[in-house]
Amino acid sequence: MSVNYMQAIKARYESLGYTPYRWFEADGPPPFAPLAKPLADCRLGLLSTAGAYALGQRAYHYKDDTSIRALSSAMDLEDLRFSHITENYLVDAKRDPGCIMPLASLRALCAEGVVGELAPQVFSCMGGVYSQRRVREETAPALLDAFRAEGVDCALLVAM
Amino acid sequence: MCHQTVCLVARHLEAHGIPTLVLGSALDIFTAGRPPRGLFVDYPLGHSSGKPFDAADQLRIVRAAVQGFERLQGPGELLQLPADWGSDDWRLQAGATKGEDTRQPRDESPQFERPGDRAAAIASGAWSGMVGD
Repeated sequence: MSVNYMQAIKARYESLGYTPYRWFEADGPPPFAPLAKPLADCRLGLLSTAGAYALGQRAYHYKDDTSIRALSSAMDLEDLRFSHITENYLVDAKRDPGCIMPLASLRALCAEGVVGELAPQVFSCMGGVYSQRRVREETAPALLDAFRAEGVDCALLVAM
Repeated sequence: MCHQTVCLVARHLEAHGIPTLVLGSALDIFTAGRPPRGLFVDYPLGHSSGKPFDAADQLRIVRAAVQGFERLQGPGELLQLPADWGSDDWRLQAGATKGEDTRQPRDESPQFERPGDRAAAIASGAWSGMVGD
């Protein structure tokens, strides 16, 4: 039985006397854009919400930081860093980033020919933003521009 | 929150013509947020793309995720991948309904850097011109 996070977090906040958190619940089916060509011919984009950044970039702050970072998909994985409001979930990722930021796996799938290629730049944000309005108005449009600039045919979004 | 954020971002990208697939490990948040395509892996948060130091498991999961772009043909379909973490101990803490008050005063300086990271960001120029200087 999978963990019911929404209920657990709601109850946790309630017991602490916080204002009840209103989770996003979609009121209709999602939009759908079919893949325009075979995956083997696609340029794939990647987003990680794990607060990834590269050595030399500025870390995230954790109060609704809606900024994004661009990382070279060919970067040295030794230079990958993470900073996130739920830091406790990153203990393993800091030793092996592949468990949350699948650059190594995606490189292998490109080499195999399953995916055409990875976009030159991939993206990260610090997904622990409580304000849905700010995600809609700040993070999402910035990522749309960023993915368009990379010319991606599709995008894999990895949640933490 | 991260799962909610990817649902919102996925719906935005998809509405503007970019096919997306979300990969994550909070089934209830995905079910509520209804992303266009998804793959759920029942691992503790922080391991959406596989077990640490298990390249075969990571490749298996990420392969299933990208293959979902061709496999999932309708809006809102969610795949579930067999996933065995090896123990269920983590579920108790993950589903806890009691916890400490972890709220902190607003602070927009970067958090949780490794020693040397801040100096590297300052040296590269990434530090200046951002909020919180």
